Amino acid sequence: MIANILIIGSGISGVAIAYHLAHKGVKDIVVIDQSYMTSGATGRCGAGVRQQWATKANCMMAKRSIEFFHDAATILDYADDIEFKQEGYLILATDQEEHEQFTHNVRLQNSLDIPSRQLSVSEARNIVPHLNPEAFVSATFCPTDGHLNPFKMTDAYYQAAKRLGVTFLFFETVRSISIESGRIEKVITSKRTILTHHVVNASGGYACEVGKMAGIDIPVYSENHEILVTEPIEKIQGPMVMSFKKNIYCQQVPHGSFLMGRSTPDQVQGHDISSSWQFLEAMAETVCEILPVIGKLRVVRQWGGSYNMSPDRQPIICEAPNLQGYTMACGFSGHGFMFAPMTGVLISEIILKEPPTLDVSLYHIDRFKKHMMDDIEKSVV
Amino acid sequence: MNKEPNIICRCEDVTVEQVRELLQKGYTHFEDLKRQLRVGMGPCQGQNCQEMIRREIATFLGVSIEDVPTHTVRPLIIGVPLEAIKAAKKR
Ligand SMILES: Cc1cc2nc3c(=O)[nH]c(=O)nc-3n(C[C@H](O)[C@H](O)[C@H](O)COP(=O)(O)OP(=O)(O)OC[C@H]3O[C@@H](n4cnc5c(N)ncnc54)[C@H](O)[C@@H]3O)c2cc1C
Repeated sequence: MIANILIIGSGISGVAIAYHLAHKGVKDIVVIDQSYMTSGATGRCGAGVRQQWATKANCMMAKRSIEFFHDAATILDYADDIEFKQEGYLILATDQEEHEQFTHNVRLQNSLDIPSRQLSVSEARNIVPHLNPEAFVSATFCPTDGHLNPFKMTDAYYQAAKRLGVTFLFFETVRSISIESGRIEKVITSKRTILTHHVVNASGGYACEVGKMAGIDIPVYSENHEILVTEPIEKIQGPMVMSFKKNIYCQQVPHGSFLMGRSTPDQVQGHDISSSWQFLEAMAETVCEILPVIGKLRVVRQWGGSYNMSPDRQPIICEAPNLQGYTMACGFSGHGFMFAPMTGVLISEIILKEPPTLDVSLYHIDRFKKHMMDDIEKSVV
Repeated sequence: MNKEPNIICRCEDVTVEQVRELLQKGYTHFEDLKRQLRVGMGPCQGQNCQEMIRREIATFLGVSIEDVPTHTVRPLIIGVPLEAIKAAKKR
């Protein structure tokens, strides 16, 4: 098999990259995945989309991506429903320090035309009446943040990419990458050899390993993040409710169920994605404190997935400095679903040597070597 | 035969016709069907629909049902209210 461009990973990043390249007329694109579509983090995520970040790089990725999600069904000509719900994120400040950090964040977000604002406790409770007023001191709200169905969104890109001629290979693992005289020549999979000069590493939790296959050191690692879903009820909550210090995000999806997750303190690095009773207990305790009425709901299911963490909690989107033809989109640090449209656009621009839509130096792997990481994202769960 | 839609997943109101339509489109893994239709995601967690759906997949692919992978079973076995989980921790 010959591929003009081989994309490793059919999560939201891989399918978005495939679509944007194919849309610009690139032929013979192959997307390969070791399992079924959305088997990685994409099919396990909370699928919240927000612009309320503390760094410019993250704000810009999110803002432009949400503009795409808004029109995605039309742009991708998707017959099904991506279930895009744009009812905001309500982020709780639980002490004075967070309140001040959020004042600063909102100023940055507003300077980038993101319509977030700070709210008092009572203003926040006008938006989410079942919030416990004792649990927070103020909040920020951005009405254009939201949520969409990760399976349907991935499927929408997948179908559009297929119509444009992209080939998808499922249940096939990339084992190694052959480089001769500084050039990628072929990729060996569990089923065949693929001749190609261009590889895109969109392998999510395995980005570090897929880097090593080409001798590239990508400073990312994976860690398990757990999440659960409740039985569905009639709609009572519009926005995602989130708190960094209390360590929770909680969203009612259009189907009616509540999705909620939190990070495990001192989580070990690795590819474990199992479920724990410790998470269940901590999650139950946290949600009962902040959103007491939700405690009445039954948990239907819990699961885990990989966050692929970068040193500054911002993505790595670039061509490898020492290997032409090797591009990477990884290290999303728990927020790669919401960035995927821009990931697709930026990687296509890098490969086709087009002027970039955003300042791509912010996402380049070299930032970890050169100047410091002066801008580390703190607004993460 | 009955011409009315036949419900195959009672938790999420999914019909056998919807399953067959997606099989035709190439979604032939249980995990694919689950993600597109929500079969197996409801309160019963696939205990009612799983065997019937595996039979549909087997018939479509022309393989025996033992060769169709089951879907991932996850905790909890039955639904438990979050409050009850919190209360049990205190004890
Ligand atoms: C519990 C949880 C909640 C989250 N909540 C949110 C949220 O609310 N909002 C948000 O924006 N993000 C969220 N995220 C993060 C988000 O899920 C990820 O950043 C995003 O899905 C990454 O997509 P991806 O396509 O880059 O990677 P993935 O979806 O992981 O896809 C990578 C693919 O590569 C394949 N692969 C790996 N190695 C190989 C190989 N050697 N050969 C072939 N294939 C290979 C895998 O099978 C996989 O399908 C959450 C993540 C988790 C775990």
